[in-house]
Amino acid sequence: MSTTTETGATYAPAAEALATVLAPGVRPPRPSAWSASVTFGWRAMLKIKHVPEQLFDVTAFPIMMTLMFTYLFGGALAGSPTEYLQFLLPGIMVTSVVMITMYTGVEVNKDIEKGVFDRFRTLPIWRPSVMIGYLLGDMLRYTMASTVILLIGLILGFRPQGGLGGALAGIALLLAFSFAFSWVWTMFGLLLRSEKSVMGVSMLVLFPLTFLSNVYVDPATMPGWLQLFVNLNPITRLVAAVRSLMAGTPDTGELVWVFGAIVVLIAVFGTLTMRLYNRK
Amino acid sequence: MHDPAIRTSGLVKAFGDTRAVDGLDLEVPTGAVYGVLGPNGAGKTTAVRMLATLIRPDSGEATVFGHDVVREADAVRSRVSLTGQYASVDEEMTGAENLILLARLLGHRKPAAKDRAAQLLEAFGLTEAADRQVKTYSGGMRRRLDIAASILNTPDLLFLDEPTTGLDPRSRNQVWDIIRIVVAHGTTVLLTTQYLEEADRLAGRIAVIDHGKVIAEGTPGELKSSVGSGSVHVRLRDPATRPEAERLLAQALDAPVYLESDPVALTARIGGDGREEAAAEQASRALGRLAAAGIVVDDFSLGQPSLDEVFLALTDHPATQEAAA
Repeated sequence: MSTTTETGATYAPAAEALATVLAPGVRPPRPSAWSASVTFGWRAMLKIKHVPEQLFDVTAFPIMMTLMFTYLFGGALAGSPTEYLQFLLPGIMVTSVVMITMYTGVEVNKDIEKGVFDRFRTLPIWRPSVMIGYLLGDMLRYTMASTVILLIGLILGFRPQGGLGGALAGIALLLAFSFAFSWVWTMFGLLLRSEKSVMGVSMLVLFPLTFLSNVYVDPATMPGWLQLFVNLNPITRLVAAVRSLMAGTPDTGELVWVFGAIVVLIAVFGTLTMRLYNRK
Repeated sequence: MHDPAIRTSGLVKAFGDTRAVDGLDLEVPTGAVYGVLGPNGAGKTTAVRMLATLIRPDSGEATVFGHDVVREADAVRSRVSLTGQYASVDEEMTGAENLILLARLLGHRKPAAKDRAAQLLEAFGLTEAADRQVKTYSGGMRRRLDIAASILNTPDLLFLDEPTTGLDPRSRNQVWDIIRIVVAHGTTVLLTTQYLEEADRLAGRIAVIDHGKVIAEGTPGELKSSVGSGSVHVRLRDPATRPEAERLLAQALDAPVYLESDPVALTARIGGDGREEAAAEQASRALGRLAAAGIVVDDFSLGQPSLDEVFLALTDHPATQEAAA
């Protein structure tokens, strides 16, 4: 019986067919750092394409956070939910996006257990490109989450004084910070043994950072010792900067502080991540 | 001057108190299959991971084509590729996506990467499965994709870490055929295996390793003659006759006899120790003794020495001791 299809069971390695793929062609030059990073970013996109359910986290979670806190605290803290939303929205956006940065760590941790990581690590490519690929994929999630929150905010009555430009500038700053902050999670993803421990650590880090901040209430109402922490918290600075951009009155001091934090986060946690990656 | 594909001296890697690789000395010539044979836990995978630049040695030296695996890791990486014990492909992506991704990472532009992936899928009989996620592949298909990924840029040295473990006999034969073709095209292959048969069929030279050290090295022929040319497996009709059969075989063959877990089966080593007589001759003489003693033999076969027997001969401990899991 002649058949044109080949299944696994009937496959017989043919010397001629293999010879064509083994013919020593010219090896292309190694890809640039940027090209390798973008290729890994493409891999992250493919993973989202194959498992689209994972986007549930970046859409449903932010919607839930926004609705919950607007209506839970709005009446008590600002007289009405709509009133409170003007204060809350930039902060809840920061909280939601910063919280989902930890999925980077979970992804890295899940991947390194698999054999495919060994293959990546034996390739002659710029070493950080694998990690940057994750972050490029994650930027898509962050963008989606921010957009979802902005839209739901606008529906609920959020009216930024800075207009669309201000709102987008705020989101851009948030994305830049999240890119830098994600290196904390790539580090933990490589450092810790299991996905569960990455999640556990992330809760310990993220809850105090996001709640002990200026997201929900004015820090002036807090006891002095707490104010000390809140004012040193980078999330407080970031929220203040994003608020100022969305309000159309950019606060240079806060912006400088946030850019400083971005540089420090990448320098410290990027270096630690790559050290762990090379030692793994 | 020609650098060997691999040269290691005094290579050591410890994990906690366990010295997984404990002073490994290897010299692998270019252009053939070099077998590294050993039981689970012998240090094969650890050694391969050091040579493939995945982990750093604690001490000792290792070079690949003359490049130090630590100081010149990038030079090593550009000439080797690795097919690990667990499939080194991404299960969530399709076969085609896996190969395109790697082709891109190896510097092919997008159209060339697609062409290359299609060629490889065709050559490895995976065209039909190209757009399915790898997690739906059978073990054999996964392994073929894995090897396809490894030869994407026709490496000078290919590490195959137990490439047939867990495969059915048909897939195993396919992998063997692929390895032969790859080597015929000039790639050096370092093959780790637990199976003597596999090393015997593919490798030009074999290093037997145990507890992280080389305990024997040579061609398959040299290795086998050092442990005996084969073994005879006997199945008796009546388990009660086994002790008598054991005694008679030991006497006739002048070699140790192993009682297998099957209560009617025994195995004895034949030949070796420089004895001239052919294995079959010895075996038939021994079987004659059993018949003369009225012991009914249901079945017998002559086989090559198993890894167990090689290990018993070389180390006085069975290979399966650590492979129990």
